[in-house]
Amino acid sequence: MNPKVRDEGYDDLLDAAEEGEAYYLACANGHGSLPPRRTCPHCGSVDLSEESLPDSGTVETYTTTQVAAPSFASKTPYTTAVVDFGPVRLTGIVRADAEDVEVGMRVGLAVGRNTMTGNRMLTFHPR
Amino acid sequence: MTTVRIAGATLTHFGSHPDRTGRDLFAEAALGAREQAGVPRDDIDEVAYGNFMGELAERQGHQGPIMAEAAGLNCPATRYEDACASAGVAVRAGVSAIRSGRADVVLAGGMERMTNQETENTTEFLAIAADELYEVRAGMTFPGAYALMQRAYMNEFGGEREDFAHIAVKNHDHALPNEYAQYRSAISVEDHLDAPMISDPVGLYDSCPITDGAAAVILVSEEYAAEHALDAPVAITGTGQGGDNIALQDRTHLNRTPATARAADEAFADAGITPDDVAAVEVHDCFTVAEVLALEGLGFYDPGEAVTAARDGETTKHGSLPVNLSGGLKAKGHPVGATGASQITEMYRLLTGEHPNSEYVDGRVGVTHNAGGTVASAVVHVLEVDA
Repeated sequence: MNPKVRDEGYDDLLDAAEEGEAYYLACANGHGSLPPRRTCPHCGSVDLSEESLPDSGTVETYTTTQVAAPSFASKTPYTTAVVDFGPVRLTGIVRADAEDVEVGMRVGLAVGRNTMTGNRMLTFHPR
Repeated sequence: MTTVRIAGATLTHFGSHPDRTGRDLFAEAALGAREQAGVPRDDIDEVAYGNFMGELAERQGHQGPIMAEAAGLNCPATRYEDACASAGVAVRAGVSAIRSGRADVVLAGGMERMTNQETENTTEFLAIAADELYEVRAGMTFPGAYALMQRAYMNEFGGEREDFAHIAVKNHDHALPNEYAQYRSAISVEDHLDAPMISDPVGLYDSCPITDGAAAVILVSEEYAAEHALDAPVAITGTGQGGDNIALQDRTHLNRTPATARAADEAFADAGITPDDVAAVEVHDCFTVAEVLALEGLGFYDPGEAVTAARDGETTKHGSLPVNLSGGLKAKGHPVGATGASQITEMYRLLTGEHPNSEYVDGRVGVTHNAGGTVASAVVHVLEVDA
């Protein structure tokens, strides 16, 4: 893929997260989702608005990967977590030692870069 | 609506065959099924073929026609792709084609070639079944995805790594007499617990291997079977498919697989059966936790209850509901685009008495469950002998 080409919606969210202004998409029925979306994945509503994401969430589950794909080969071991922010969950890399990560832990959101691929990614930081 | 019968069902040896092309693997399975069925070449109306990562593994797209040609056929051929459920949906497409009256005979199956790549590349190729933007870019591999589900399961319902070890031990034991299985070696709980972690809590022995292989079945209408006096004692009496959000983060629960429940509800209603009627199950155990989630999704156990089923002996060959008598994906192997068809083949052999583990099947109804990704796709089939 051409790294100069943006993934509209996704890259917009990461731009906003870099500025500390991350958001999610809310439908009229109160469901949360993440861009790019034209419809709510829960109810099919096409009436979506951008709402501010809470500034921290809690780790719902995590794993520390020892055997990675080539795009993360030099990063092992690294910890990926699914974090509950209330209206939505996000998946990202936890910037903490694996032994310090636990379910229920409070983390904030930031944006990092995978130096092997140049891709940006969501990262979580203990609060 | 006609009943769909199985006139032939075969698979290749599942294992490491890095030098064999995909077309050669599928040809072996397809010719085997054709020979078993005894159906003339010109009577085969369609090919429904499952494959997941052929563009990456062999740089080969448009695999439907190439596989029909390899099978010695010249008929319409379509490739179906739903990640690891690809061959399950191909079989379902074949069933639908016959039920609709469009076809009398369908060759359905699948193939995957995986060991010609370095393991890390195969890991990357498999990851394309997850959400590229939100999951893969966050380092999620497939062992990692199931590890996220397993930890969410253990956190809510409990269960120890030893419980999961018993699932692997059981499936290795079941594979011992299966000549098509990749691993015909017994393992112990200690072997499982001592093995390296891949993505905690998923260890090496929680994970299915990387496998080359193919499977094929010849599906025929009831009328065609009668007219040609075919020996086709097994019918596919139920088919169902369910879907879910592709990314784990978007689901209501991280430790349940509603796509499986939706597929099972449809398939069981289609066949007019309940879980109590089922004598044997082949489920999609790409990781040990996947077997737990499948048994709960299929309705054999309540959420949180299936984790100890293998340890308690309920799902072993001597148990009340033997699960994965073939060895499952864990020990029989998992050529991803072939697995759904291989489960049909193995259940056919189990129900007809041709499988080395047929003696453990006490009944005439079997169920197969094939899943794609982290069960964003699920396909369930009900097979009945002498139906």
